[in-house]
Amino acid sequence: MFNWKLFIPLLVFVALAFFLMKGLERDPGAMPSALLDRSMPEFSLPDLHEPDRQVSEAVFRDGEPALLNVWGTWCPACRVEHPFLMTLAERGVKIVGMDYKDERKAALAWLARLGDPYRVSFEDRDGRLGIDLGVYGAPETYLVDGDGVIRYKHVGVLDERVWRDELGPLYRSLVREAEDN
Amino acid sequence: MAMTPFPARCTARGFGAAWLLALCFFPAVLLAAIDPAQLPSQEMQARYRQLIEEMRCPKCQNQNLAGSDSPIAADLRREIRRLLEEGKSDEEITAFLVERYGDYIRYRPPVQDNTLLLWFGPAVLVLLGVAVLTVVVLRHRSDKAAVPALTDVERRELDALLESRREADDNEESRQ
Repeated sequence: MFNWKLFIPLLVFVALAFFLMKGLERDPGAMPSALLDRSMPEFSLPDLHEPDRQVSEAVFRDGEPALLNVWGTWCPACRVEHPFLMTLAERGVKIVGMDYKDERKAALAWLARLGDPYRVSFEDRDGRLGIDLGVYGAPETYLVDGDGVIRYKHVGVLDERVWRDELGPLYRSLVREAEDN
Repeated sequence: MAMTPFPARCTARGFGAAWLLALCFFPAVLLAAIDPAQLPSQEMQARYRQLIEEMRCPKCQNQNLAGSDSPIAADLRREIRRLLEEGKSDEEITAFLVERYGDYIRYRPPVQDNTLLLWFGPAVLVLLGVAVLTVVVLRHRSDKAAVPALTDVERRELDALLESRREADDNEESRQ
């Protein structure tokens, strides 16, 4: 006689295994940005090169999609991603640099020594804009469209692979969008 | 005279242990030492402690803001302090942080669509367990009840059987 009840433990096991396997694939550190599809927060912070000049969220509203790169000379991973940022800048990608909780002198020395991939640089000395952006470390890179709306956030080193698989395609679609308008 | 030092030492040790125990259970006591600036009122200070206990450090996700030494936790504590001083309510401060860091920042997740399972899943499982147990027990009982009682004839037969068995046993004993 076929007793379907005998299969209950097996079914329970399969269901449990399924969820546990799902759990393995998830990155427990992944924290989706709460600011996706929201406008860049307003800010007014000193330009890194000319401290008397203020940079505001208007730099993201010129119609050209941009990367906002959060970095600091205290952050070793930023040193790792720096050469790739140079490559992107050479390819014509607009990168805005936010020197996060750093010393201006050290930051300028870094850019002089390693090259400056940023079209605009400003400093967030006390990390206030960082909090408005939901930054919790460096490096972090935001993709902002030409209207100043945040479209994507990558936490961690931005390298060739991340660009190819995540940011690059999005960036190109934003560029196409901007051209269509 | 010889007796005095002993209870005295004993009390001191007891006090020390109680103090250590208190420190273990009230990390806020320790916290007061590392956050030098006090808020203007006792009530605000209490709310501040409550908030940093309930907010998660985004960088070190197994710690709350109170327990983390990471720079971002320090920044967020400073921000909470500033908002408190501006007279913001607890709800406003929580909303401020959630707006920036998402629901992740809350150690006490709100009841909403995607947390229903989290909040009520365990209760549902317990109810399910109780239901299964009830069914099993009831069925077991009704199985028992379903065994028909003996008729008078059967009872007499049973008595006779038992009687003859006993006699057989007695005979065996007397032979030994």
